[in-house]
Amino acid sequence: MFLQEGWTMKRGLVAAAMAVGLLSAGALPGADKAEAKPFKWAFQGDVQTLDPHGLFETFTLGFQLNFYEGLVSRAADLELEPGLAVSWENVEPTVWRFKLRQGVTFHNGNSFNADDVIFSVDRINTEGSDMKVIAGLIKEAVKVDDYTVDLVTDQPNPILPLQLEIFMIMDKEWSEEHSTTQATNVKGDDQGNYANLNANGTGPFMVVERQPDVRTVLKPNPNWWGEAKSNITEATFTPIGQDATRVAALISGDVDMAYPVPVQDWKRLEDASGVSPLTGAEARTIFLGFDQDRDELLYSNIKGKNPFKDQRVREAFYQAIDMEAIKAKIMRGASTPSNLMIAPQVNGFNAALNDRLPYDVEKAKALLTEAGYPDGFEVTMDCPNDRYVNDERICQAVASMLARIGVKVDLLAQTKSKYFAKVLAQNGYDTSFFLLGWTPSTFDAHNVIYSLMTCRVDGKGAFNLGGYCNERVTELSDLIQVETDQEKRQALIDEANKIHSDEIGHIPLHQQPLSWGVSDGVTVAQRADNQFHLRHVTVK
Amino acid sequence: MIAFVVRRLLQSILVMLAVGFIAFSLFNYVGDPINNMVGQDTTLEQRQELRERLGLDDPFVVQYGRFLVNAVQGDFGLSYRHRRPVAELIAERVPATLELSLVAAFLALFIGVPMGVYTGLHRRGVISQLFLTVSLVGISLPTFLIGILLILVFGVMSQDINAALGFTLVPQLPTFGRGETVQLGWWSTGFLTKSGLLALILPSVTLALFQMTLIMRLVRSEMLEVLRTDYIKFARARGLTNRAVNFGHALKNTLVPVITITGLQLGSIIAFALITERVFQWPGMGLLFLQAITEVDIPVMASYLMLMGFFFVLINLIVDLLYYVVDPRLRADKAVAAGHQ
Repeated sequence: MFLQEGWTMKRGLVAAAMAVGLLSAGALPGADKAEAKPFKWAFQGDVQTLDPHGLFETFTLGFQLNFYEGLVSRAADLELEPGLAVSWENVEPTVWRFKLRQGVTFHNGNSFNADDVIFSVDRINTEGSDMKVIAGLIKEAVKVDDYTVDLVTDQPNPILPLQLEIFMIMDKEWSEEHSTTQATNVKGDDQGNYANLNANGTGPFMVVERQPDVRTVLKPNPNWWGEAKSNITEATFTPIGQDATRVAALISGDVDMAYPVPVQDWKRLEDASGVSPLTGAEARTIFLGFDQDRDELLYSNIKGKNPFKDQRVREAFYQAIDMEAIKAKIMRGASTPSNLMIAPQVNGFNAALNDRLPYDVEKAKALLTEAGYPDGFEVTMDCPNDRYVNDERICQAVASMLARIGVKVDLLAQTKSKYFAKVLAQNGYDTSFFLLGWTPSTFDAHNVIYSLMTCRVDGKGAFNLGGYCNERVTELSDLIQVETDQEKRQALIDEANKIHSDEIGHIPLHQQPLSWGVSDGVTVAQRADNQFHLRHVTVK
Repeated sequence: MIAFVVRRLLQSILVMLAVGFIAFSLFNYVGDPINNMVGQDTTLEQRQELRERLGLDDPFVVQYGRFLVNAVQGDFGLSYRHRRPVAELIAERVPATLELSLVAAFLALFIGVPMGVYTGLHRRGVISQLFLTVSLVGISLPTFLIGILLILVFGVMSQDINAALGFTLVPQLPTFGRGETVQLGWWSTGFLTKSGLLALILPSVTLALFQMTLIMRLVRSEMLEVLRTDYIKFARARGLTNRAVNFGHALKNTLVPVITITGLQLGSIIAFALITERVFQWPGMGLLFLQAITEVDIPVMASYLMLMGFFFVLINLIVDLLYYVVDPRLRADKAVAAGHQ
């Protein structure tokens, strides 16, 4: 058994190395472009809408980025690169000036200019928009000339460009022509919103057929401004909900690429001919959190006080968890144990702060005894069972590890809709101990500090489910938000992260692995945010 | 007769109302749709605003009432997930489910009945024993497992098996989706293309297997029963051909229970097609409903459940009407028999 695990890990490493190799091969201009091929891929669900302002969700946005584009773009390694804007600068602390790319046309032939940017900023402010987070960053969009736009912010925002990849630009004339000038609304008079089922972007691919939940067909945009590296002639997307069916479709060759592949199916893909798993580190950090806010836990046998308010208890929990075992046994060696709440790909990561406290059961027991719980206590743990990679199994492992220090965990694992309905703000953070995952949408540390670590005041710390609160961290969050000097900013981020990990505000576990399956001869780029872009695909 | 049909249709309204009421009272327990409708950075105020716009904070009776008021006006609401009218979504999915269900029902009947007759007539035959043994598999394995086994054999292993043998023993069949469809008005059909027909094979066999074995066993036991009766003995004594005795007299008299069960089963084929649809990614109503459950898409769930309630009532009605056609005694009861007494 142990030998087999080791062997699989090695195969995983080889696959990862191959992925890097493939990635660099794919980046070579004109690599194997001689023969053009169709390409088919599958994901576990369908894109919820073609409207780029309808839903702020990774898969939907990643899919839309095949045919829509933002002012800025990101390369396969998430490095920022020019998109519809060729350059940008912070002309005043609160003004970012974007020089737009000239000669770009939308798929219908309309030309792209500053009016489209202004229009799109207006559109993300409409009722149905789920891009209001982005809208909230921009106080005003000012047209300087046809190819220059100023985005004005309320307060200095040093990372505005980092946040704009997913703010996709729509064509003003097209939207007006099809009366789709408002974002697709779940509730309202715009039933059958045109942009929900049709798309007209500037991106490298165009939607030629759309049957929701059945298939979506895309074709390369011959007039794309960028240099096309992909050689595919047609790309067909099919959602396949059932894991087994999706993996079977990949092995039988019905699709060329499928994701996600269950971690436990990697070996099947390795054994099958013509396909292999493609794994890498995702930028999503999985962590545990405690209710540190209430004076008495909602779900525990300890009455009259809250054990999690005692740092020694939190530390005991931390040191009782054997991350290497979780990595080897549950994540097939593919997770990255972490002490920070952010992944290495995220702006603000500092490797010096990422060493985990050692796994030490004796120490953990001693800490619990010192805190006054020599025999441990009982607590209920909330856990989703269909949201993160092997989420329920991680919770089960944590529960059994905590049992060794006498803590009896009553695990409540349920489907994501029920889990989130229970633990989020709308239900008053109804949890004592929970597992959650987070990828900062901005790929910047501030998003994590602001959403997860600040005290819950004025809409801050909305996902700080346990109510961890340190005034200094909250203050640092505000400072980081407006600090434009990158070095000073990094120091502030480090300080916030250090306080949070010293106080064990949460227990970071790991960055979960990406898990894709790819046919031989197909080259794809695996982004750390689990987005899949056709422009990096070549088929031999 | 007409009064009977009208009464039944009125009953169907009651059934649908009851289904809707129970459904809405349960929606409180399936989770919160809002989290699936917005991104993680959406603020608490915006989430609350959306919840209020959708009326999710209202008591379930109010939500149900609002749904009904709109529904009688032909408006079943907008799907939270698809952001499109539910009626449009369901109309789009009905053809896929009905085509799959009808093919499965057809398979079940036209294979199940002859198998039942055969096993009834040759009780101790080797082939009969084989049919009965195999039918145990059909009865005892859950649908999703049969589906996945079929995918494994006809999708994944077929290439290896054929390569090892050097000839095509196991054909490679499509394992997901409907293949190419042709649009006939609003109805999309997979019957007219090769890929559409091929795509039907695995899901329809999966869906039919249980019903097929059920019908086979039912026909067999009914046949055994009927074959013992006096009128069959008389028929044989009259020197009628085996064919005339077995099919003209015996089989016909087994049909009333078979029709009852088949009719009821057709309802469950349509309703339980959702498991098969899920396994084979068949874009029918069942798949729509299952996705609606994971995303807590209340308008879709409510409409689907009420529609299913209506289907069941309708099918029962058709079954009752079929009795009149098959069993002369029922017709006699009302018209002739009454006079004789």
